[in-house]
Amino acid sequence: MNMLGSILGTSPELLALFVVFGLVVGVLFGFFGMGGSFLVTPALLMLDYPATVAVGSGMAFVFGTAVIATLKHHDLGQVDYKLGVIMITGTTIGIEAGRASVYYLESLGLAGGVISVAYVVLLGGVGAMVTRDALRGDGGGIDHESADKALSEYEIPAIARTIQQTVRIPPMVTLRGDIRVSAWVITAVAFTTGLLSGFLGVGGGFIRMPAMIYAIGVPVPVAVGTDLFEIVFSGGLGSYLYGQGGGVDLGIVVPLLFGSALGARIGSAATAVVNADGIKIYFGGMLLIGAIAVGVGEIGSYIGNPALELLGLVLVIGAAVVVALAILYTTISSLRMTRREGAAAAD
Amino acid sequence: MAGLALPSWDPETALLIGVILLEAIVLYVGYGGLERLLGPRLMKLLVGGDEHAR
Repeated sequence: MNMLGSILGTSPELLALFVVFGLVVGVLFGFFGMGGSFLVTPALLMLDYPATVAVGSGMAFVFGTAVIATLKHHDLGQVDYKLGVIMITGTTIGIEAGRASVYYLESLGLAGGVISVAYVVLLGGVGAMVTRDALRGDGGGIDHESADKALSEYEIPAIARTIQQTVRIPPMVTLRGDIRVSAWVITAVAFTTGLLSGFLGVGGGFIRMPAMIYAIGVPVPVAVGTDLFEIVFSGGLGSYLYGQGGGVDLGIVVPLLFGSALGARIGSAATAVVNADGIKIYFGGMLLIGAIAVGVGEIGSYIGNPALELLGLVLVIGAAVVVALAILYTTISSLRMTRREGAAAAD
Repeated sequence: MAGLALPSWDPETALLIGVILLEAIVLYVGYGGLERLLGPRLMKLLVGGDEHAR
């Protein structure tokens, strides 16, 4: 394996594309706190990378992103290390089962198709859910204002309370926020989301975070921080396993991470300025377009039409670029308005 | 590679993951430094000052 050669072996145009795409994905991840990896694996599949390389490199990218985000959440005291360590076992087994499924499907020649269909269902389902919530005004993703509340102020969702009271299989563990829950509930949540991660090369945060909040009863900021901490280990192991099979391409991961680390800072800073509710509908729309794009690309690949494959790629990258630009435009407009109002008040 | 597997020690793959980990840490520290260094100037350029942005 020649690592430098792997990076240098990627054409300058492709390196630039990955840096820009990473920047866009980073802005979305920093702003919404999820969805960073949704678009990477489908885009790589559409660029005709083998399924194992698309999923493996997507997972390695998730690992790098999680390292950066965990360092930040550690500084904010939003990581429950006990919960994270318990989850690592379940997630690791889930990821390995998901990874084995990808290699099995690839041996049958079905991996690319099945993964693309799974993405269409996943992006479509989550996109429809986020769009519906945004239209109702319930939001979706991270509630930015809630991050400022004390952990004791969080109300445990009714469903989590019911699970805590009914599933009392020992060993029981006490988590931050004085939550007492069976270790088996935590392991079940971890395994299911790990399976998804290993199969699709995603972090799984968009499933794991709600699962931690609604099934375990963890306060929102702790769910976000712990999810990221957990992805560092599970994503690291998943990347290692894919890397052993030649599935991690540094020519993809290094430029993607270079762009996304900067984008995540911009997206995260934008959360302090912009009300996310107005933009969440675009996020939902982007996921829906992503689902259509993967479908179009897959049909193009199936019938051997390169124009349809290109259309799918343009749609998936275009949708992400439009939402990232909407975030940047709204942020700068809000800052300028605040400044004008401040100047007017001073006068 | 199909079927469940226990990870075996592979120095080259460990180095590969190490490179990604190192890049992530360098980017976290490097971009953090750049933000402190260039952030106020960038804000001034974009909105004409950062005193009301916070």
